[in-house]
Amino acid sequence: MVTINAIIDIAPQLARGLSVTVSVLLASAIFAYLMAFIAGLSRLSKNTFIRKFTGLYVEVFRGTSLIVQLFWLYYAIPMLFGIQLGSNWWIGVIAIGLNYGAYLSEVVRGSILSVAKGQTEAATALNMSSFQRMRLIIFPQAVRMMLPEFSNYTIQMLKGTSLVSLIGMTDILYYGDIIRSTNLSQAPLVYLLVLVFYFILALPLIWLTRKGETISKKGVAS
Amino acid sequence: MSEPIVKFQDVHKSFGDIKVLKGINLDIKPAEKVAVIGPSGSGKTTIIRMLMTLEEPTSGDIIVDSTNLWKMEKKGKMVKANEKHLRQVRGDIGMVFQHFNLFPHMTILENCMTAPIHVKKENKEEVRERAIQMLDRVGLGDKLNNYPSQLSGGQKQRVAMARALVMRPKIMLFDEVTSALDPELVGEVLEVIRDIAKHDDMAMVLVTHEMDFALDIADKVLFLDEGVIAEQGTASQVIEHSTNERLQGFLHRFRR
Repeated sequence: MVTINAIIDIAPQLARGLSVTVSVLLASAIFAYLMAFIAGLSRLSKNTFIRKFTGLYVEVFRGTSLIVQLFWLYYAIPMLFGIQLGSNWWIGVIAIGLNYGAYLSEVVRGSILSVAKGQTEAATALNMSSFQRMRLIIFPQAVRMMLPEFSNYTIQMLKGTSLVSLIGMTDILYYGDIIRSTNLSQAPLVYLLVLVFYFILALPLIWLTRKGETISKKGVAS
Repeated sequence: MSEPIVKFQDVHKSFGDIKVLKGINLDIKPAEKVAVIGPSGSGKTTIIRMLMTLEEPTSGDIIVDSTNLWKMEKKGKMVKANEKHLRQVRGDIGMVFQHFNLFPHMTILENCMTAPIHVKKENKEEVRERAIQMLDRVGLGDKLNNYPSQLSGGQKQRVAMARALVMRPKIMLFDEVTSALDPELVGEVLEVIRDIAKHDDMAMVLVTHEMDFALDIADKVLFLDEGVIAEQGTASQVIEHSTNERLQGFLHRFRR
């Protein structure tokens, strides 16, 4: 009985963090997808500078830790350059978006490269321009292949959003920490409930991943 | 007959250090049906791939309808053709591939409609009508809304032919179109090619291992061996009267 009472007590408090977690997730996912396509396509560009420059972005953001990137944007850049990048909500969205955008750009690039060469040749034989080949033939097939990986990384992004509690945002984990610090003996239960919250949020994304896998199995040349 | 629609002038092609074609000279007249035969690795496929702009010749000229395919004039000099030039010249050429290369994300009908609509900017309704007509002709009028994955190999290859025909090419290239098919499906594809050869007045170049078929429909047979055209002429000239030993050996292996 004591436990159930505690759950009834804690859960609504954690739920106050839902809007931050969900809004950061949605915004950073959109931003990451955008970066993924821009960077993924740029890395296939014929222009050496564009290719190298995007390569640098991808390697730096993949190769360093998300939490340090977050602190850079939040603490270091304002001090060094005297510019404020926006509210901490925006900084969270930018950091998570740039970080996962770098990973996802590799998915975009890999999928485009893995569309069978015969598809480009058939499109050339039908006298399509290189832009038409990309738009009508390669890209639609590549997107199907990207779907499972995109939803997979989105689940990771959901978990990544918990880092914004470290720059003072009131997300689910932030409220969990608050409750625990006022009631230390409740720590196991609090963090169990935090896990349950994240898991429930992840469920639709897990379902989307499955869906993406079935879609991507159809309609792609092998 | 009239001027050749395709001319190869001393065309060479190397892949790295390997010389595949060592000086190809060839004239194809409008409506002429040319069969290219020869041992594997002799460069048969490379000839038509260069004509389709999928492979760039190392040296020599390919002339299509009196225009140089791979070179263009710029400030009085001949330079390497850019994509715009290639697109202008290759518009009259269509190709069917060994592995069909249908677009898997589109229905059969969409496969046949995309290029005329987007490349030639034709009216959608007219294209649809023509595409349905063409698919009927190859015996797939009842599969319009199926996806390629739902078809057999022979059916896929017939769709690929319809897709090329809807573009109304003046020159059709066939790259070993029956090699990837199960033996029992070869016949239906050859029937369609025979039908095209008989009723359409486009030039055709067939790279093939279907010897009897090639000899049956071809006006001209080329025997390609070690990167050169070792023998050419009408089917009877090449088959019955050639004294080329390697050709006789090659034919013998097929006739067993």
